[in-house]
Amino acid sequence: MTAPGPARVPILRLGDVLLTGLLDDLDDKSAVQFTEELVERIAAEQIRGVVVDISRLQIIDSFVARVLTEMASTGQLLGAQVIVAGMRPAVAITLSELGLELTGVHTALNAEQAMAKLGWGRHVTS
Amino acid sequence: MSLHETTTAPAVHPIVAEQDLLLARHAVRAAAVAAGFDLIGQTKVVTAASELVRNAYIHGGGGEIEFEQLRDDLGRKGLRLTVRDAGPGIPDVGAALTDGFSTGAGLGHGLGGTRRLMDDFHIDSAPGRGTVVTVTRWAG
Repeated sequence: MTAPGPARVPILRLGDVLLTGLLDDLDDKSAVQFTEELVERIAAEQIRGVVVDISRLQIIDSFVARVLTEMASTGQLLGAQVIVAGMRPAVAITLSELGLELTGVHTALNAEQAMAKLGWGRHVTS
Repeated sequence: MSLHETTTAPAVHPIVAEQDLLLARHAVRAAAVAAGFDLIGQTKVVTAASELVRNAYIHGGGGEIEFEQLRDDLGRKGLRLTVRDAGPGIPDVGAALTDGFSTGAGLGHGLGGTRRLMDDFHIDSAPGRGTVVTVTRWAG
């Protein structure tokens, strides 16, 4: 047995916002490690908002739904808003039929809209 | 119910390690594509498979998933998944199918939700006898 390493999911920091994304081949253990790493960084770096891009996820089952829901509620307790961005339409349809509502999870159509919700405007210079 | 026949030899994948959950998902996705499912159909079948395989891994201590392509007498194609484990079994199957019921790491929507994603759902389980879940979905 080897000790669990870091989750190998890149988490980028933009000011007081963390930007990250989940890939479809993320296994259960890595998903849990990723959540722990994210929560630690929210607390340590006084993060105000987190954007989790899930546009690469081809399915969300009850385990992934639980990971996302717990991530959002823990982030909320630490004062950060967690926004899940880019859910595929087929995934949304399936999730709804499965009976999962991602209670308390803020969503956005894509990462850019999620960043805008967190107050990151597009700066156009003319 | 229309008559149907199996058109491919059943493929069997073991569920003994964490990585088997991903391998099983990929294999079921490929089978769903081959059976002619559209993207939403593929997503529902793979999500159902993921729930059942995880149940077998977490609650059943491992097992196997078997899947086979079907064709009914109207020419429709379908996919049947059978997930088996030799675990402790489910004492109250009716309760386990109720949303919100969970004895493990899920939200308790696994079995009830999986039944909604598929056209046909059958579960055979009893304490000490393990669990066999057989589900079928037709494409289009």
